Amino acid sequence: MKKISWLLIVLLFAGTVFAQDKYFTKTGKINFDATSPGSPEQVEGIHKSVLCVLDTKTGNMQFSVAMKGFEFERALMQEHFNENYIESDQFPKSEFKGMISNNSSVNYTANGEYKVSVKGKLTIHGITKDIETTGNLVIKNGKISATSVFTVLLADYKISIPGLVADKVSKTAKIIVNCLLDPLR
Amino acid sequence: MKKQTYFAAALFFLMFSFKAKAQETEDLLSLVDSGGTTKTFIKSAFKSTRVINGHSLEFLSPGTMDFRILHRFGQLDQGYKNFFGLDQASMRMGFDFGLYRNLMIGVGRSTFKKELDGYFKYAPIMQSTGNKSFPMTIAIAAGITMNTSPWADPTINNYFSSRLAYYYQLIVGRKFSERFTLQLTPTMVHTNLVALHTQPNDVFALGAGARLKLTKRIALTGDYFHLFNGIERGVTYHPLSIGVDIETGGHVFQLHFSNATGMNERAFINETTTRWGKGEIRFGFNLSRVFQLKKKAKTDS
Repeated sequence: MKKISWLLIVLLFAGTVFAQDKYFTKTGKINFDATSPGSPEQVEGIHKSVLCVLDTKTGNMQFSVAMKGFEFERALMQEHFNENYIESDQFPKSEFKGMISNNSSVNYTANGEYKVSVKGKLTIHGITKDIETTGNLVIKNGKISATSVFTVLLADYKISIPGLVADKVSKTAKIIVNCLLDPLR
Repeated sequence: MKKQTYFAAALFFLMFSFKAKAQETEDLLSLVDSGGTTKTFIKSAFKSTRVINGHSLEFLSPGTMDFRILHRFGQLDQGYKNFFGLDQASMRMGFDFGLYRNLMIGVGRSTFKKELDGYFKYAPIMQSTGNKSFPMTIAIAAGITMNTSPWADPTINNYFSSRLAYYYQLIVGRKFSERFTLQLTPTMVHTNLVALHTQPNDVFALGAGARLKLTKRIALTGDYFHLFNGIERGVTYHPLSIGVDIETGGHVFQLHFSNATGMNERAFINETTTRWGKGEIRFGFNLSRVFQLKKKAKTDS
């Protein structure tokens, strides 16, 4: 009897893996803005098909961004972004793999709004760095809206800005993340 | 025996759950990533829509205009007296427009023969990666040139059609790597009126163009047209140009040495009258500046 109950516990433990606790989107949005102060033109791109998966049980959060998907107002800027700065042919994807540090304080089953801190590894241009930032989770009717704003130093990811365009392109990029996650079935 | 079975079963489930857990932390993205990559078209095979003289397989982005100023100076072998040819210049000014991803048109005017030219370039197939990709770009270019200089002999009956020439070109090329691009361009030039009746109206040529990228912003380029007919010994030669593309923020400078003076297809294919072997080469440059005419719709987040 004792053995059976032990077996049941193990079974239960195995079973929870299949519970409904993963959320995802394929249409997340990421904006970035690397406009130098006083620049005559905006250096900003928008991506509308960011991949994001969140495991609400563990707080694991992962993003994947196909770099060629960034759209710019000026076609030439988009070309330069892909060819000279990000080198999208060589490094087609940027990724973030991390955790929500205070995941236990979020109640995913009820509507609500939570401040979360996220910690993990961000890979851009083939270079992986640890980053830490804060974000916002809004849970509403079984959907999770995740937003975050943070800044990255381009030099950290070996993205060099030549002197010639230094008055237009800033050394840092402000990144705005905006994802609406649906339950993953 | 019974104890062992329970133990084995427990172990099995434990293993299973651990496996599942391990997957969970490592590869959340693979749960939603369908694996198949979307079709993306190759860009930046050349820095510009021309290799040097000839059309390249590169297209302007939709909604952009390329303003091009082309100069060809005099022969280098003219020496110091003519500042190695820089004292004289022939030029072409042109406007190219990107209409669609695979369609562009352009007009230009050259000082040589006061020639107007216009063309369109269309690619039914473009090199791409991902699903249903194709390994090379196949494009066609067709153009018309019009000589607007005064008639050589105004006393005779001159026809408007005598001013016109046409060219048709197939551009087949591939960006082999980030650094290297190669294209072949079979070309036919039809001239309505030729100067001598020993000259053919239809000239057939095979062009080749290549780019070797040296740094992010500097590339070596070359283009050559081999004429199968229409070459007159001692008068006209095959045009060969070798140059460097330098890209700054918004401009592309194409600096080169060439034996051709003409800056449209009819002129440089039919009327290249100097040769490399004798030092009869010229310095020249193409300056390209791309303007965004139609801004992409900004989307709110």
